[in-house]
Amino acid sequence: MSGVWVRGFGWRHAGRKRWAVRGVDLRVERGERVLLLGPSGAGKSTLLAALAGLLPEDSGEQEGTVEVDGVDPRKDRERVGIVFQDPQTQLVMARSGDDVAFGLENRGVPADEIWPRVDAALRRVGFPYHRDRPTAALSGGEQQRLALAGALALRPGLLLLDEPTANLDPAGADLVRAAIAGALDEDTTLVLVEHRVAEALPLVDRVVVLEPGGGVRADGPPETVFAAHGDALAAEGVWVPGRPVPSRRARTPAGAPLLTADRLGLPPRLAATELRVRAGEALAVRGPNGAGKSTLALLLGGLLRPGTGRVTAGADLAGRDARTPPHRWRAPALARRIGSVFQDPEHQFVTATVRDELALGPRRTGRPEEAVRATVDGLLERLRLTRLAGANPYTLSGGEARRLSVATALATAPRLLICDEPTFGQDRRTWLELLDLFADLRDAGHGVVTVTHDPDFVAALADRTVVLSRADATGPAPADRTVGGDDAPG
Amino acid sequence: MLQVEPVAVPGAPLARRNPVAKLAAALVFSVLLIATLDPVAPAIAIAVELALLPLFGVRYRVLARRAAPLLVGAVGILVTLVLFAADRSGTTLVAAGPVLVTSGVLVTALGLVLRMFAVALPGVIVFATTDPTDLADALIQNARAPARFAIGALAAFRLVPLLAEEWQMISMARRARGVDAGRNPVARLRLFASTAFALLVGAIRRGTRLAVAMDARGFDAGTPRTVARRQRFTVADGLLVAGAAALAGAALAVSVALGTFRPLIG
Repeated sequence: MSGVWVRGFGWRHAGRKRWAVRGVDLRVERGERVLLLGPSGAGKSTLLAALAGLLPEDSGEQEGTVEVDGVDPRKDRERVGIVFQDPQTQLVMARSGDDVAFGLENRGVPADEIWPRVDAALRRVGFPYHRDRPTAALSGGEQQRLALAGALALRPGLLLLDEPTANLDPAGADLVRAAIAGALDEDTTLVLVEHRVAEALPLVDRVVVLEPGGGVRADGPPETVFAAHGDALAAEGVWVPGRPVPSRRARTPAGAPLLTADRLGLPPRLAATELRVRAGEALAVRGPNGAGKSTLALLLGGLLRPGTGRVTAGADLAGRDARTPPHRWRAPALARRIGSVFQDPEHQFVTATVRDELALGPRRTGRPEEAVRATVDGLLERLRLTRLAGANPYTLSGGEARRLSVATALATAPRLLICDEPTFGQDRRTWLELLDLFADLRDAGHGVVTVTHDPDFVAALADRTVVLSRADATGPAPADRTVGGDDAPG
Repeated sequence: MLQVEPVAVPGAPLARRNPVAKLAAALVFSVLLIATLDPVAPAIAIAVELALLPLFGVRYRVLARRAAPLLVGAVGILVTLVLFAADRSGTTLVAAGPVLVTSGVLVTALGLVLRMFAVALPGVIVFATTDPTDLADALIQNARAPARFAIGALAAFRLVPLLAEEWQMISMARRARGVDAGRNPVARLRLFASTAFALLVGAIRRGTRLAVAMDARGFDAGTPRTVARRQRFTVADGLLVAGAAALAGAALAVSVALGTFRPLIG
């Protein structure tokens, strides 16, 4: 039986001034299913790591105690299983079955019991393939299912899930949630950290809200907690269910074409696609995994050479350079005209501080230092980064890193902004800020292209939607079609 | 691009041997050949290697593709010797200013190139016929390598293909930020260094996350490990190693008998 008992717990990472989490008292009985909530920076992941026994004593300073079944989880990790966010960095082996067996080998499970337990765990999460399936051939959702099987095979009394669906598209996230729902039994205690509260609620019977300054703000059945604290939580960025987001569709018709794609493709990643982006419009690109959405974003952004067809810039975007395709422009010229925001913000960081990061683009494009400073200060303010101006970009939280990556693309004031999954894993507050920012840009006559799986974002922002189908599917190339808001659920 | 997948026809008699045995055989074979500087022994060794290739289930075309990077080394050896060789005896073939190519230079160069191929090919063959997981298993079970090292290296190895993807992403992201080098070689070098640094930072962060995930599943926690996949070192595996030693020894013996043997030391 697994009971969790946390008393006056606090943790400060070595070398940090701020406590990551502090003053937490929490008791979870065996078989309970708890959703752990809190604004970003409240210390949810740190608490989860403590429960998993993954905070070595020499890596920081601790207050209070954490016990699982009366034992410090650092001393006896057998009772706890944990699944993290990123599928790439939790699979160890090249074949699926070997990966589930990995934990069993480590625990010294006798060899003849290993494979029956591997097969049972794979069945429990609904893994659809043979155990020889290469882990590299699995989709993100399937990889997370496998990671869950790897944790369950060890028969943990306490299962910890740290945003297990945050890196997945909606279909993959559904797969993983279904696997979690199917795998839980009354002997398994669950503590779940998840941004998307509405989707997580069917899995839990209790909600615990951490207070960013320390302690537990609320604790109880979901309805009670959200009735009392819903508004405050929503304002702090938690995706409280039943709170609609505003719509920011364009009020004026779109202007001149900025970029036109003719039979644009890059086999085998992207099939030939027709598309046109105009000034003053927000275009959404949707489609299943493997349809080449990210590739399309890179091609439109002038970062990849097209395999077939071409990208033509309009005179409004490129002036006299309109005769050359964007992928042949020099980088400073490109950055002045088209801003690209990558899916992983960290790919984009070049300098050592947030301020330098924002100043880089304008400096490269030859703006005077006065103007650079004004632009940087304006963006810091607008995206709530002023406090972090001196921080290293790699130390930012997910939301802060996303805001910075968007800000760096805007720093050169490009006419066209292309974003790959900008709202991935973002809290409600950052999400709404991005919506307003993109809508304001669009209303000011910029073009905005968003590659996204996020139906709510499409519904709130997009004036037009292009739907890609998988590159290997037969049929005509997807046309650039205009779709109303009704295609986007929610 | 680094090729890591084994390409052998499954069930080929020598490809099926224990990975540690294959590795030991390759090492024994190569180390013995390093002992001589003459071209005859390596030539015999290469002939033996090519003759045995079908038993490993590797096609000649595949081997040629995998060994292609060695050609760069061969060209390097040739150029270096033509420019810097001390021994310029024999018939003069080309004399152009400071460049004096004689038959002596070419024989020395040929010897070195043959030696490089003879020594490197066994390794290429072993890795072309061995699954990395099997190799790690065999290293732990048959060579008593610490699991901490073998499994750790295996897990890290799995992330290597991601690095190429990551490099491309970082380069494109830099271009999007207005950073490019144009034709300036110094700027190019600096851009390369800063991209490599970003790649390294990313690799370390990813490695750390993977280490935590492995830790969470009880890796290297002090509990004695069991093994899910048994690797056996049989008599046939021992014979493979002995055979490799015998063949390399025979190549050296022929070289000694023909009087071409030139020991590395002495």
